[in-house]
Amino acid sequence: MTLVLVELDASGLTEVSREAVTFAREHPVGAGEVHVVVLGEPSEEAVDQLTAYGVDAVHLVTGAASETYGGAAWAAGVSAVQKATAAEVVLAAGTERGNEVLAHLAAEREVPFAANVVALTSADPVVVHRQVMGGSVLEETRVEGIPVVLSLAGHAVAPVPAASPSDPSLTEHEVDVPEVARVARVVSVEQAGPDHSAGLKSARVVVGAGRGAGGPQGFGPVSDLARILGGELGVSRVVTSLGWRPHHEQIGQTGSRISPEVYIPCGISGAIQHWAGCASSKVILAINTDAEAPMMTKATYAVVGDMHEVVPAIVAELESRGHHA
Amino acid sequence: MNVLVCVKRVPETSGEVLLTADAQEVDARYVGYTTSAHEECAVEIAIEVAGATGGTATVMTLGSADAVDQLRAALGVGCTAAVLVEADSSAFGPSDVAREIAAVVRDHEAAGTAYDLVLLGNDAADTGDHQVGIRVAHALGRPVVNGVTEVSADGDAVVAHGEGPEGRETYRVPTPAVATILEGGVEPRYPTITGRMKAKKVEVERRVPSADPVGPGRVRLLLPPAQPSSVVVLGEGKQAAGAVVDLLEKLGVAR
Repeated sequence: MTLVLVELDASGLTEVSREAVTFAREHPVGAGEVHVVVLGEPSEEAVDQLTAYGVDAVHLVTGAASETYGGAAWAAGVSAVQKATAAEVVLAAGTERGNEVLAHLAAEREVPFAANVVALTSADPVVVHRQVMGGSVLEETRVEGIPVVLSLAGHAVAPVPAASPSDPSLTEHEVDVPEVARVARVVSVEQAGPDHSAGLKSARVVVGAGRGAGGPQGFGPVSDLARILGGELGVSRVVTSLGWRPHHEQIGQTGSRISPEVYIPCGISGAIQHWAGCASSKVILAINTDAEAPMMTKATYAVVGDMHEVVPAIVAELESRGHHA
Repeated sequence: MNVLVCVKRVPETSGEVLLTADAQEVDARYVGYTTSAHEECAVEIAIEVAGATGGTATVMTLGSADAVDQLRAALGVGCTAAVLVEADSSAFGPSDVAREIAAVVRDHEAAGTAYDLVLLGNDAADTGDHQVGIRVAHALGRPVVNGVTEVSADGDAVVAHGEGPEGRETYRVPTPAVATILEGGVEPRYPTITGRMKAKKVEVERRVPSADPVGPGRVRLLLPPAQPSSVVVLGEGKQAAGAVVDLLEKLGVAR
């Protein structure tokens, strides 16, 4: 049985958590059941989605473990549910929180933890492929322990509802946590402003700009294009390193990982670190003077040219056809 | 505050990556080495916190003798002491590395230098394990804040900020504590010539591992299958604008 830690947002189950449930269903271990653990109160939408995704059981953690976020405290909740269910595998989406909670769980139970898994190639023993080197290399890893602890790389599978909805059982677990696990908790949250990177991660369209922007003044047209398309602006690491744009706009291995419908990288060569952050885009339309740049050869569509000429022309064409911000 | 900051020597893999014949490592003949980006920021925070509190910033790594380059780089920007646990880092898994870091903390404490704060990168650029800092915290019985971008001292506590699902999160934890750092909250400084000169003169403490490693569980490395290019070139220069807008309309993203 696999126990999946799911995360919730305003729409219910986050997309990456739906991916994790799908992965658990598609890679059965033991009896093949999929249970989920939820910290806090799930919305009706979340419960409906869990049913649609065919989970066999939902475990609600209440009490001290589910109060304001703390990695160790949440791990105590997940650990209690794992012990109660004897789940062979504990899985979560490889978000900052997912990885943090699972790392606490693995450290407390003194078992290995494999992060950023993309495939499970053997269930007994558990052997996985996981991303290393920012996703440019895969590592085949044997993971031994009770439980086996795994996080799933973003978009390793597509989220797919079950063939038929389930009728999951519901169990509440009131979990207290030791004092040491309660110390590091969020004490305040400044609500997200317009610079919150979550917008970039969930955007349907992202327009990217790299060194080709030429300087801090070179982002006007790409910002215009992003605005007209209702999307977000993202940049490469060199842009933030040069101080041209803030870090929260950075796409890549140490920035945001995006998965938009369309990504339009302008003047971005497509180094491995940047590719690690944008490879999950459904369609990539690259604009670059160098037709042989990695981004151009890996893209779905390409325009060969200077972004300073091409992007304003696209903006003008969009406006002439009645597309406005 | 006395700060211990942990760094790792990692391959500089901005270009094509090749593997060794036994598929256990990146082929080092064609790459350089660097410090993980998150850890460059951790070094900067260590120097700032130590400077603001009249404490010290010590840098440590576990790796080959060549990893002294990464220690010298941190010394060159303001760390004042360095520790090298000399070992084949590929044989060490996350729990092994955490045990060695904890051993340095305990041994230095026994010798009279206690660390109020241990800083690490949130994850290493090569192995991407996401767990060494948390395992260090468990080994030492200390609180840990994870994936934060800013850390400052506040009396006997540290205040840390990070980006959560709903916005900018604040943590306040009593010291001694552990924090893992994400790139982006601070700008790593460049070494001055004076800094480089001083760094050369610092005597690096060299240690051997405290125990045999359990290992990372690695069976082998694999390169993802090469995807044949199937790019459709829409045109050249601004003449391509019409074709681009046709495509954006077809994809339904031009509103």
